[in-house]
Amino acid sequence: MLRYTLKRLISLMLSLAVASLVIFAVIEIAPGDPAQFMLGVNAQPDTLAALRAELGLDTSKPDRYLAWVGGMLQGDFGTSYTYRTPVAGMIADRLWVSLPLTIYALVISILLAFPAGIYAASRRGRIGDAAMMGTTQLGVAIPNFWFAMMLVLVFAVNLRWFNAGGFPGWDKGLRTGLHALTLPAIALALPQASILARVMRSALLDVLGEDFMRTARAKGLSRGQAIWRHGLRNALIPVLTIIGLQVSFLLAGAIIIEQVFYLPGLGRLIFQAINARDLIVVESVVMLLVFVVITVNFMVDLAYAVVDPRLRTRT
Amino acid sequence: MSLLEITGLSVSIAGKPILRNVDLSVAKGEIVAVTGESGSGKSMTAFSVMQLLPENAEIGGAIQLDGTELTALPEAQLCAMRGARIGMVFQEPMSALNPVKTIGDQVVETILIHGALPRDQARAHAHEMLSRVGLPPDQFSPTRFPHELSGGQRQRVVIAMAIALRPDLLIADEPTTALDVTTQAQILDLLKGLVSEFDMGLLMITHDLAVVSDMADRIVVMRAGEVVETGPTRQLFARMNHPYTRMLFEASRHSVELPEKHGAEALLSVQDVVRAYRLPRTKLFGPAEYHRAVDGVNFTLRKGERLGLVGESGCGKSTLTRAILGLEPVQGGQILLNDAPVYTERGADLAVRRGMQVVFQDPFGSFNPRHRVARLITEPYHLLDAPPTGAERADAIAEALRAVGLSPDDARKYIHEFSGGQRQRIAIARALIIKPDLILFDEAVSALDVSVRARILDLVAELCESHDLSYLFISHDLSVVRTITDRVLVMRAGRIVEEGETELVFSNPRHPYTQALIAAAPVLPDIDIDHRSHPHV
Amino acid sequence: MSRGLWIGSLLTALMLGLALLSLVWTPYPYEQLDIPNKLMPPSLTHPLGTDHFGRDILSMIMVGIRTSMGVAIVAVAIGLAFGIPLGLLASQRKGGWIDEVIMRTNDVIFAFPLLAMAILITAVFGPSATNAIVAFGIFNIPVFARVTRGGALSLWEREFIFAARVAGKSRLRISAEHILPNILGILIVQGTIQFALGIQVEAALSFVGLGVQPPTPSLGRMLADAQTLVTIAPHIAIFPGLAIITIVVGLNLMGDGLRDWLDPRLRVVRA
Repeated sequence: MLRYTLKRLISLMLSLAVASLVIFAVIEIAPGDPAQFMLGVNAQPDTLAALRAELGLDTSKPDRYLAWVGGMLQGDFGTSYTYRTPVAGMIADRLWVSLPLTIYALVISILLAFPAGIYAASRRGRIGDAAMMGTTQLGVAIPNFWFAMMLVLVFAVNLRWFNAGGFPGWDKGLRTGLHALTLPAIALALPQASILARVMRSALLDVLGEDFMRTARAKGLSRGQAIWRHGLRNALIPVLTIIGLQVSFLLAGAIIIEQVFYLPGLGRLIFQAINARDLIVVESVVMLLVFVVITVNFMVDLAYAVVDPRLRTRT
Repeated sequence: MSLLEITGLSVSIAGKPILRNVDLSVAKGEIVAVTGESGSGKSMTAFSVMQLLPENAEIGGAIQLDGTELTALPEAQLCAMRGARIGMVFQEPMSALNPVKTIGDQVVETILIHGALPRDQARAHAHEMLSRVGLPPDQFSPTRFPHELSGGQRQRVVIAMAIALRPDLLIADEPTTALDVTTQAQILDLLKGLVSEFDMGLLMITHDLAVVSDMADRIVVMRAGEVVETGPTRQLFARMNHPYTRMLFEASRHSVELPEKHGAEALLSVQDVVRAYRLPRTKLFGPAEYHRAVDGVNFTLRKGERLGLVGESGCGKSTLTRAILGLEPVQGGQILLNDAPVYTERGADLAVRRGMQVVFQDPFGSFNPRHRVARLITEPYHLLDAPPTGAERADAIAEALRAVGLSPDDARKYIHEFSGGQRQRIAIARALIIKPDLILFDEAVSALDVSVRARILDLVAELCESHDLSYLFISHDLSVVRTITDRVLVMRAGRIVEEGETELVFSNPRHPYTQALIAAAPVLPDIDIDHRSHPHV
Repeated sequence: MSRGLWIGSLLTALMLGLALLSLVWTPYPYEQLDIPNKLMPPSLTHPLGTDHFGRDILSMIMVGIRTSMGVAIVAVAIGLAFGIPLGLLASQRKGGWIDEVIMRTNDVIFAFPLLAMAILITAVFGPSATNAIVAFGIFNIPVFARVTRGGALSLWEREFIFAARVAGKSRLRISAEHILPNILGILIVQGTIQFALGIQVEAALSFVGLGVQPPTPSLGRMLADAQTLVTIAPHIAIFPGLAIITIVVGLNLMGDGLRDWLDPRLRVVRA
C-alpha cells in the first residue's frame, strides 16, 4: 500500500510539473508586453522598465518559470497586472464560493445518483428501470447553465423561494450561504447525477453477471443481500472513476454557472482577467484548476486501492 | 427414499427447451456423475436443483430434496436451503470468489447468513473448515484475498464455503475442468473424502468420462437435454446400452495409427533457448528482476517427426511456442529452422518463417470474423514472394479445403457459419496452404468436445500419410499426446525434464514429475467394446 | 434495431435536416433586424417569437444548429484524426516506449479541464469559434486514443492476430487490416457520444464568451444573449435550450442503440 501511494505521489508531482511547464509555455507565446499593456502606449521608457523589473519580466524565461513555480509553492501567485494586488488573495476569496459550490453539487449528485442507479439495476428491464433511464437520458442532455436559467425563472422569479442571484457571504451564516448556493448546486448536480446514475446502474449490472454473485446466491444470500454485500463494493470501482472526472466537470461547470447567478467566484475573476489580458491571473487560475483535477485523480487512485485489494499488492 | 429425486424435469429458456423429461436421483453418501458433451444440459440440471435459473426460464416436473418439493418453495425458504442443505462448487475458481473480500470472511458468511453460529464461533468453525480442505489458517492466512491464491487453492476455498454447514447435498459443476491434472487429482480426492466423512450426496457434473469412471458410484449420460442412459458405474461401462454412451467412450480414448516416420536430418533445432520477462518492480530502486519462463531449453525435431510437448499451465510451453514462431525475441540461445535462425536482429525472417505454420486452441478466436474463408486461409500467402493468383489460387484453396474434409464451396462463407470442429479444420487448412515443413499444434484440440476431438485427431493422422507432416504438438492432455506423437518432451518450470519415445515415456516414466503427471491423470476402465457381447436393449 | 436507436436516428436526422435546410432557406434572413417587433412571443408570423433585436428565433436556431454541429463535427474529426493513429501505434507494443510517451502525453492533456484549455487558448489568441474547436479537438484526442488502444490491446491477444503475425505481416499492416475494422464499431459509438458532448461544449463556451462570436448565431450564443432577458421574455432562452437537448438526446440514444446493436459488450468511455 505504501509503495502504491508513493508511486502515485511521484506520478502526481510529475504531472503537476509537466502541466505547469505547458501552461507557462502557452502564456509565454502570447503576443504583447503586459507592462506596455498596463501603462498604455504613451508610457515613458523608464517607467516601463521599472514596471517590467517589478513584474519580473526582465529576467530570462527559465528564471521566470522557476520564480513562478517557486512562488506558488510558497503560496505567492504573483501580482495582478490590472489590480496590482497579490493574485493569491484574489483567488482565495473567490475559491470560497466556487469550491463550496462544487462540493455541494457533488454531494447532491451522489445522493441522487446512488439510489437511482441501484434502483434501476435492481428493476432491470421493468417499468421503473425504463422510467429512470428515460429521465437520466434527458438529464444528461440538459446544459446546466440553461437549466440554471429555468430554475431561476421558476423558483426565483415565479415562486420567489430563492434569490435570483448574488451571494451574501459566509459571514452572514452557513445557512444563508448554503441557501444562496442551492439553486446553482442543483443546476450543476442534476446532469452529473444523471451520468453517475447510469454508470452506477451499468456497473452493478456488470457485477451481477459475475460468477461470484452466483456463488453468493448459492450460499443462501437473497438477491438483495447479494447485491448489498458483494455487488456494491465491486461496482464502486468504475463509479469512483466517474466521480473523479465529475469533480473537474463540476468545477468547470461552477465557473460557468456563476455567470447565471452573479456569484463572486472564480468564474467572474477569470473572465475579467481574460478581457483585461491579466495573464498572470489567467495563468494562476488555470494552474489551480489543473492542480485540483490532478489531486482529485490522485485521491481516486488511493480510493481504488482501499476498495480493491488487488491494487495494493500489484505494482 | 433417495436424498435428491428429480422426476420428469423440463426446463425451457425464453421458449427454447433446454431439458426434457430428466429423471435422476442421488442417495446419501452417493456420488452421481452427470456427463455429456456441450449443450447436453448437464449444468442446467445442476442449476435447476439450486433453483438458480435465469429469470426467463420455465420449469416443469419435480425436484425433491428429502421429500421437500423445491420447485414449489418460496424464495425465502430456498435461500434458507441454499448453502445450508445444498452446497455448490463451480467450474471457474478464478472468478467464483469475490475479489474484494478475504477468503476467511467469505467462508464465515455462509455460516452467518444462516444464523448457524454466533460470530466468534462462526470464525473458529470457518477456520476449521479451511483446515479440512487443506488450507490450515497457520499456513494460509484467512485474511488473504482470492488473487493471492492459486486456482487449486481458490477451489478449496469454494469447497470450504459449500461444506461449511455440512449440507446433505453437494453439487459440483465441472469442479476440476479449469485445473491442472495434478491439482485435479487432489481436488477429486478431497471431494471423495468429504462425501464419505459427511455422508453427503454428491451430484457431480463433468464432461470427462475418465474422471467419472474414477469417482462416481452412478453415472447419468445426457445428450441434447435428455438422459440417454443411467446406471451404476461399473455396470454402465460394462453394458453401454446406448450407442451415444458407446460413442462417448470410444471417442474419449480414441487412438490413431500414425504412419512410420522417416528422415533423420534436423528440421527444427532449439538450442539453449532462454525467454525471460521483466517482473514488475518490487523495490523502488535496485536492479530489475526477471522471470525465466523458458530456461535453457534444448531439443531437435527431425524431418517427418511428430513431437509432443506436455506440461501444466505456466510451465512455459506457450512462451516457447511463440518464440519458435519468431513472434518474440529470445534472450539466450537460438532457434533454427532448416539451419536458419527464425529471429534475427532485424526481426523475424520471412523466408525462414515460410517453413512453419500454426494451429491455435480457440476455434472461435483464431479467425477475423469479417473475412471470408478464402481470404482467411490464404493469409499465409503473405509469406511467399509470388503468391498464386486467379485460377491457381482458387485451386489451392479448394485443395486445402478438401484435404481437411470440407467442400471448396465453403470458401465463400464467413467463419460464424461453421461449428467449432469445422473451424479447427479451417485452421488446419490455413496452416497447410503454403505447404510448410513444420506445423505447430498449440492445444489445437483442447477446446473441443471428445467426439469432435476424435475426428480432428483422425484428420491429423490422415494428413501425416498424405502430406508427410512434421509437427510439434503442444498440449496439457496426456492421452492425446500419447496417441498423436512419436516422441515427447515433458516441460516443467521452463525446463525440459524428460524426453523420449512417447510410448516409452508413458509406460516407463523416469523423472518423478512425469511419474506424478501420469499417476494423476484419470484413466478410463480398460474395456474392449468390440469383443463384448451386446445385450438386448 | 432497438426503439432507442430509431428515435435517436430520427431526432438526429431531423436536427441535421434543419441545419442543412438553413443553407438554402430560413423563414426570415437570420440577421434581419426588426426593432419594433422585438421580444415578441411565439405567434403565427414568428413560430418561436423574436429576440431583442426583433430577429426571428426559428431562423436563428436553424443557423445556430448548423454552427454548433459544425463546431462539434470538426472537433470530433480532429480527435479521430489524431487519436486513432496514436491509439493504434501505442497498442502495437504495449508498455513499449512509444506506448509510454503517447499515454503519458495523453494523461497530461487529460489533466486539463476542457474549460482550462479553452481559457488558456482564448487568453493567448483572443476569443473565437476556432478556439472552441481547437480546445475540444485537443480534448478529444486522448479520448479516442484511449478507446482505440483499449479495443486494440484486447485484439492483439486474440489468436487471429497471432495467425496474421505467423503469416509474416507487419504490425502496421495488421493494425490496418485486422485491428481497425474490428474496432470501428466502438469508435463510431464513441464518436457519436463525443459529437453530443461537442454540442454541449460549444454551448457552454459560447455562453461565457469563449466560443462563437457575434454576429454568427450559435445555440450557445443565443443563450448568452438570452441570459439577461430571460425573466421578461423566457421564450428566447427556452427554445435554443430545447434545440440543444433534442440534438444531444438524439445523438446519445443513437450511440447507446448502436452500441447494443453492434456488440452488447462494448465498453465506451463516458465522460
